[in-house]
Order: sequence, then structure tokens, then C-alpha cells
Amino acid sequence: MTAAAQGSGTLWKRVLTFGGLGLILVYCLAPFYWMAVSAFRRPSDQFELTALPAPFSLDNLTAVFSPAVGFGRSLLNSLIVAGVTTILTLVIGVSAAYALARLHFRFKNAVAALIIATSMFPGISLLVPLLSLFTDIGWINTYQSMIVPSLSFALPLAVWNLTAFFRQMPEELEQAAMIDGCTRGQAFRKVILPLAAPGIFTTAIITFIAAWNEFIIALSMVNDSTMQTATVAISRFTGAYGFDQPFGTQMAAGVIVTVPLVVVVLMFQRRIIAGLTAGGVK
Amino acid sequence: MGVRTTAARATAALGVAVLLASCGSGGDQGGEQPSGALEGRGEVTFATGKDTSGNMQKLVDEWNASHANEQVRIIELPESADAQRQQMVQNAQVKSDAYTILNLDVVWTAEFAANRWVVELPADQFELDKFLQPAVKTAQYRDKLYAAPVYSDGGLLYYRKDLLDAAGQKPPKTWAELTTACQAVKATQPAIGCYAGQFEKYEGLTVNFDEAVHSAGGDVVDANGKAVVDSPEAKAGLDALVTGFQQGIIPQKAITYKEEEGRRAFQAGELLFHRQWPYQWSLAGKADGSSQVAGKFDVAPLPGLNGPGSSTLGGHNFAISAFGKNKATALDFIKFFTSETAQRSNLLATSQAPTLASLYEDAELIKQFPYLPTLKESILSAKPRPQAVRYGDVTQAIQEAAYAALTGERTSDVALKELQTKLQELLK
Amino acid sequence: MTAVARRARGATSGAGRLAAALLSPTFVVLGLVVGYPLVAALRESVFREGTDLDESGFVVEGARFVGVDNYTAIFVGESAARFWNAFGNTTVFTVITVTLEVLLGVGMALVMHHAIRWRGIVRASILVPWAVPTAVSALLWRWIFQADGVANAMIGQQILWTTEGWQAKFAVILADVWKTAPFVGLLVLAGLQIIPNDVYEAARVDGASPWRQFWQITLPLVKPALLVAVLFRVLDALRMFDLPFVLIGSRKESVETLSMVAFDEASSLRFGPAAAYATILFVYVAVTALVFVRLLGADVIGAARERARK
Repeated sequence: MTAAAQGSGTLWKRVLTFGGLGLILVYCLAPFYWMAVSAFRRPSDQFELTALPAPFSLDNLTAVFSPAVGFGRSLLNSLIVAGVTTILTLVIGVSAAYALARLHFRFKNAVAALIIATSMFPGISLLVPLLSLFTDIGWINTYQSMIVPSLSFALPLAVWNLTAFFRQMPEELEQAAMIDGCTRGQAFRKVILPLAAPGIFTTAIITFIAAWNEFIIALSMVNDSTMQTATVAISRFTGAYGFDQPFGTQMAAGVIVTVPLVVVVLMFQRRIIAGLTAGGVK
Repeated sequence: MGVRTTAARATAALGVAVLLASCGSGGDQGGEQPSGALEGRGEVTFATGKDTSGNMQKLVDEWNASHANEQVRIIELPESADAQRQQMVQNAQVKSDAYTILNLDVVWTAEFAANRWVVELPADQFELDKFLQPAVKTAQYRDKLYAAPVYSDGGLLYYRKDLLDAAGQKPPKTWAELTTACQAVKATQPAIGCYAGQFEKYEGLTVNFDEAVHSAGGDVVDANGKAVVDSPEAKAGLDALVTGFQQGIIPQKAITYKEEEGRRAFQAGELLFHRQWPYQWSLAGKADGSSQVAGKFDVAPLPGLNGPGSSTLGGHNFAISAFGKNKATALDFIKFFTSETAQRSNLLATSQAPTLASLYEDAELIKQFPYLPTLKESILSAKPRPQAVRYGDVTQAIQEAAYAALTGERTSDVALKELQTKLQELLK
Repeated sequence: MTAVARRARGATSGAGRLAAALLSPTFVVLGLVVGYPLVAALRESVFREGTDLDESGFVVEGARFVGVDNYTAIFVGESAARFWNAFGNTTVFTVITVTLEVLLGVGMALVMHHAIRWRGIVRASILVPWAVPTAVSALLWRWIFQADGVANAMIGQQILWTTEGWQAKFAVILADVWKTAPFVGLLVLAGLQIIPNDVYEAARVDGASPWRQFWQITLPLVKPALLVAVLFRVLDALRMFDLPFVLIGSRKESVETLSMVAFDEASSLRFGPAAAYATILFVYVAVTALVFVRLLGADVIGAARERARK
């Protein structure tokens, strides 16, 4: 599937590719490296500028997981909220995108415009009406009070993106399958979905991360610390005294919430890419 | 199909949504009216900012152990003060009963009281004469008590005792003395910065600006609540900071300082004098290598133009939300939290300034916190920030003016005139 | 055109019913979380809260209907200056950050697509900036850009990044591009992955240079994915809030965006004017999106219709 690279294995091209990869890695990871370094310094030399933490210390990490904070529980909450959001977004988004990409009905453009229009209002201004609504219907301190907003923030992108991907799939493929006796649903499931896997997978990653990082809704809708998500927990880290800001602890927590995401993506994408190759795209 | 048609259809669809939703809305208006009476017993919640030492939880646990049917649950709000206020205001707007007891910054009292978000407290049930009077004032609005003073705070002048001693200087009482002392120290320590406070554009700048004005004998708002910031005294105060920046007495980068940036500079030995809250005492005195100045500094009252200066009052008060349930329990809990036992344990655990006068004279506590007498002096001579219902607008106007003057964008004359006009409008 | 396709088109009413069924979950969710608050905000924008105090010092309750006053007030006097400044900042941030993000994102996607080894690692790594929670990354950048921070240490100068001026804008743009270029990169990479290889094979047989291959094959085929990515980046950038707020601070002219003004008004308890600002921003975003769609043909669905009619 990367025939462009396989075919022309010239040295020049390889140097360029690897140079590019190196640049990307540095660009993406340098600030993160600084975050990690800050996380592994001792709190007492938090603001040193040395390139390596000296001495290396796990104090900040220990502080994140001190029993009083309950950060493990917060991580679990984040996982539940982001996981459910992602699954629902994909299910709802795929159906909507299928309708927009394949069905012929009136007002299609208006529907698509309306969906994206919901991404145009400043999120910060939705907060108070939403709080009022959720208070009235008794949703305060529930998972759904965080899942449903995250779902609605993620849906427009998911629908549009998936529509674009489904549209790229030649309609003839499905028609061929339907001629072979598949129903419309089967044709979609067996032909289009696997082919659009990169798009679905990417949508899933983006949705999951956006939900995982959501802060202001989770902060406003939940006041029970056993229900709080990781980002909210981080905002509640306190220093030892007054204005003292626990920078190191916050950075350590930042590393803790970022690394698992990356590892999970790494594992998943291997499987997805492997699955694609096995299925034989073309 | 044209884009215009698309837009028209989207608009039409949105219009339908408007019609539908407008039938269902209006529910937020007819809610039950909050009751001012302090009635009802049972579970309450306590919304507060940072519990730095875990001592709040400890006190709450203590309370819960002896009040099985009146449990208190802490709701921890984010670390930043603005975010805390935002959460409290949001919940008040939707009349939610999620928060019962509110830990309010002293400058929020007027806003919360005037909007009826908090209820009046029975002043006769608190022995108010035992508290530091400036702290009590911050809990009042139009002479009625809306909160109980729990923590106070006052600015102190941290100074490098080692360097002053070496240069044969005493802690300064006036700004002129401060400059002289610094020049004497600079003879041997040319790289050191003379003075810094909190000059980033945020609440700390209001604090420092007010201090400068008050310490020069001026006022931002007079006793009758009228703006008087275009006085020569106020100008002298602001000019002290402006010329400080111009002449390099205040390092350039201090314009980016909040409490923490300044503390790090002081702890790194970059500053001779530093205007700061008491919390810096413990941190700068740590012997674990995080502070270069441990054992080398002391505190004095803030200096002024012609004599001792005047600090701006900080601190926190506890109030009862108008929309909370079980207000009688809430009141009892607040009394418990303001008791001498609780305040003592708080001071010991967090080194936050108490509001009960007696604790400042306690020999045992002074032994542990040698700055207590200086702090008491600072708080007793401290001036509150303007008590305004629209405090948010007031403090922003002050920050605009002070920041523009400090960065040289406007002269102090122009900045103060503009500020006077704005404050007159806001305090009408 | 095949027979099945013709049959499908004939059954428009059936398709309409199916489409309604497939789309309704989306609309239920969006209606609840965005529709309702949006309508509430629109309603709020024509009211104004009382700020007068009664004799005992209480705020006189009740919002007054003021029609379009909240809107017109924005364009008068001091608030007009503030509005246009924020409007300018919002626009400048959007144009610069989205341009940089597209260039970097496409570059990233191409490099990753051509790499055989390391692709997994690199693809996971570019997720890092996107995965760091915004609040934490804003703190990180504030620390990097502070007076004694690592940015100044590296360039050997003392620039006060968080003070008013070009440097504050620069800091915001850098931090935003860092965080969101990977978003574009990911979406474009996914678009690249579904381009069938035989297209390239054919091009190579024809002797097309890599440059020509990019402009004539890759770009047109990846266009739908790229345009969706850009469109959503534009929508997000126009509503930028957290980053300048945490990194530089509120009420700083150099970086104040329209979202920040709306938030600031609301936190000063001027809910009506705040809602008016939010609505104006909404209109601005909507107009921009329409123009974008028309100029670049990002109307994925509209294109679908047109093609189907051919």
C-alpha cells in the first residue's frame, strides 16, 4: 500500500523521507519532552533549565497518585466518558454520513449545513443554558451530562468527515454487491465500511481525544469528586501554600493522560493496518 | 444547487427550531424564590478553592464525626480564583442548590450580596469584636453581614536581611529609603533587582496599584463610595511604580510577574525587596535547596511615600448560598470553622492569616510564625479594595489604567483621568 | 449508469424515509445540546440585565427587553474599538494558524504516507501535541515563554512574550499551530490511504514526476478530506479561546479574540451583550464557512448531488 515508497527506493528519496520523519518527531515531541522533563524534576528544582532532570525524581508522579487526589478514579471516568462518546459518535455519525453520502432525498444540503452550523457557536456561550437545562432534568453528576455534550461537539466533524470518505468510495462497488444479492445494509457493511476504515479510525481517534480533553463542561456539570474526569482533577491540583502553583504535578499529570492515548493508538493502528492489508484493499 | 438556496434552507430549518424551543423555554424564570431564612438541617456542600494542606478536609471530617445527620461535603473548585467565581456565578444564575456554603474572595462580597446570591448572616451570633476589624468589613455589604471572615491576608515587604546588614542599611519605611538602601547594596551586588510586586495584568495589579495609591496618602474610592483617583496623591503613588520601571529599580520582566513568578525571582536571589503575601514565608525559607535565600530574609510592613505604607486587604469569607438547602446546618458549620480552635489548626497547617485577633498574640504561634506581629500591623492598617457590586468592571478599569501607565502606553496623568471617569460611571 | 443506481434514484420517497431514520439521532443530540442553548442565547441577546440598585443596595431583578440595542451598542464608542480589535485578532489568528497548519499537516501526512518503517511510531507521535489537554499545554507554553523560561534561554534574549505586542501574538500562533497541525495531518493521511495504488502505478508508467503526481493525482484525490479538515480548523480557530486566555491572559488587546470578549462580558454579568457578541461571532463563522464552501467547493455533499445528476 505504500508502493510509492517501495518502488523508488533511491537513496535520495529515503534520506528525504527519514529527514522529514526526524523533523516531524522533533517538532511534535520537543515541547512534550520539556513537559516530561519538568515532570521528572524534583519539586524543589522545578524551574531549572537543564536539558535532563538532575537528579531524576518521581515526586511529581507520586503526588499525582496520592490517595487524596483520587486520580486513578478520574482516569477511569475519563475513559468511560471518552470511550462511550467515541462509540456513540461513530454509530450515529456513520448512519448520518451514509444517508448524506448515498441516499437521495430533499433538503440534503440544508441538513448538512444545519449539522455543521452547530459547530459555529462559541462553545463557551453554550455553557450556562446547558447547565440550566441539565439542572432541570437532574443530570448533574452523571456521565451523560458529559457524554452528550462531547457527543454533540464531535458529531459535526464526524458526519462531514465520514461523508467525505464514503463519497470517495465508488458507488459501483456497492451496486455490484447489491446485484450479487446483498441488501443495501449488507453492501454497506461488507464493502464500504472496510474500505473507509482509515477515515473511521481517524474519526475515532480525533473524537476520543477531544472527549478525553474536554474540560469546561465536565467542570460545570459535575461537582462530585468521584465523578470528575482527569482534566478537571488536574485543574484542582493545589500547591502546598496559597498561590503556589503545582506546576510539576500538573505536567506529570499531563504526561500521564497523554502517554496511554498514544500507546493505545499505536497498538490499534497496527491492527487496523494489518487488517486492511489482509483484506486486500485492491 | 446554489449555496444561496442551501443557506436559505438552513435558515428556515433553524427558524423552525427557534419556534419549537421558544415554546419550551421560560422555565428558568418561574423557579421557586430563594428563602433568606436560615432554616433546615441536613446535608450541605461546601464549595471552595484549593485545600492546600488537606486541613479543610480534616476539619470537615471532624465536623462530620460529630454531626451524623448534618454531613458536610467539600466541592473542590479549580485552582484559579476566576474559575472559582465563574462556577459559583453559574450555579447562582441557574438557581442551583448544588453549593450551600461558598468560600468567597473578599472582593466578591458586594456582588454576591447585592445580587441576592448569598443570604444575610445574623451578626449577633458571631463575636465580631474579636475579629480583626478590617477583615470584618470585607464581609459586610451596606453595614450588614453577608459572610464570616475566615482567612485574612495582607502584603508584606520581604527583604534580604543579609544584604541589608552587609550594607549597613535598615529595612526601609519610605520608597526613598528603599531606593537608597538598594543603591547601597548595588555597590557590591550590581546584578540584583531592587523591588518587585505583582504587575501582570490581573487582580494582583489592582492590589499593587491600590497599595501604591494608599501608601502615598491617596484613595481610589473615598469613604462615601465616590471615585477620587485623580488626586495628586494617587498620581504620586502610581508615579512611584512608573518611575520604578523607568529607572530600573523594578526589573523590566516584573511586568509579567504574578505571585509565583516574583516568588521564584526572590528565591533565586534576584530581588532585594519583594512585596508579597505571607505564604512566601514558608516556601522561601525551605532548606531543601529550592530557595537560595532560606534564612537570609525577613519581613517588614510595606513602605510608603512619606512614612509606612498601607497594604491591600486580601482573604476569604464563608457565605451561605441563597439557593442552598439546610441553611441552619450551614450556619453552624461556618461558626465551627471560624472558631479559635479551627483557625489555629488552619494557621498551623496552611500558614494562612487567621481573622481572630487573639491568635496574633499567641506566643507559641509567634514562635512558629515570627512574621505574625508584622502581619497584624499590616492587616490593621490595610485598606480594602473598592467594595463595588460591579467589582469585576472596577478592577478591570484599574488594571487597564495601571498597566497602560506601567508599560508607558499612557502617562500616569491620562491613565488616572480615564480611570476616574470610568469609576464615576461604574460607582454611580 | 447502472440499473441499480437508477432504481435507487427512483425510490426517492423510500430513501427519504430511510434518510430521516438515519439522521434523526444526530439531530436529537445536536438539538438538545446545541440547538436549545443556541436558541436560549439568541433570546438572551435581546434582553438586558438590570444593573441598578434599589434603596437597600440590591440589584433590581429582571431582564428588560431591549430589541437590537445589545447589538448596536457593540458598534458604538469604546466597545466598537474593542470589538474591531478582537475581530481583527480573530481573523489574523485564523488566517495565519490555518495556513501554517495546512502546510505542515499536508507535509506531515505525505512524509508519513511514504515512510514504510517508523510510520506507526511517527503517526502515534504526531498525536502527542493533539492529545495533551489544552489546559495543560497552555500552561506548558506559558512556562516555556515566561521571562526566565526555556524559549528565552534558547534564543539568548529576554523577550517578555506575555506582554502586549507582536510577541504575544507570535506565542499564541506557535502554540496553536503546534497543537493542531497534527489534526490536519491525521485527516489528510487517512485521505491518502484510500487512494488506490494503481492510480500511482499508472502515473509512473506515464513518466509523471513526483511533483506532477502530487498536484495532479494526490491533491485532487485527497481534496475532500483536506477540505473537511480545513473547514473545521477554520471554525475552531475563529472560536479560539483557551489558549490566549491561559497563555497570555484576559483583557490583553494583542490577543483578545471574539470568544474571549463574549466570555468576559458574561463573567461581568452582562449576559445580554455577551449573547450578542456570541451571536455576531456565530454569524461571522457562518458567513466565513459559506464563503469557504463556495470558493473552494468544500461542499462535499452538494458536490455529491451534482455529480449524481450528471
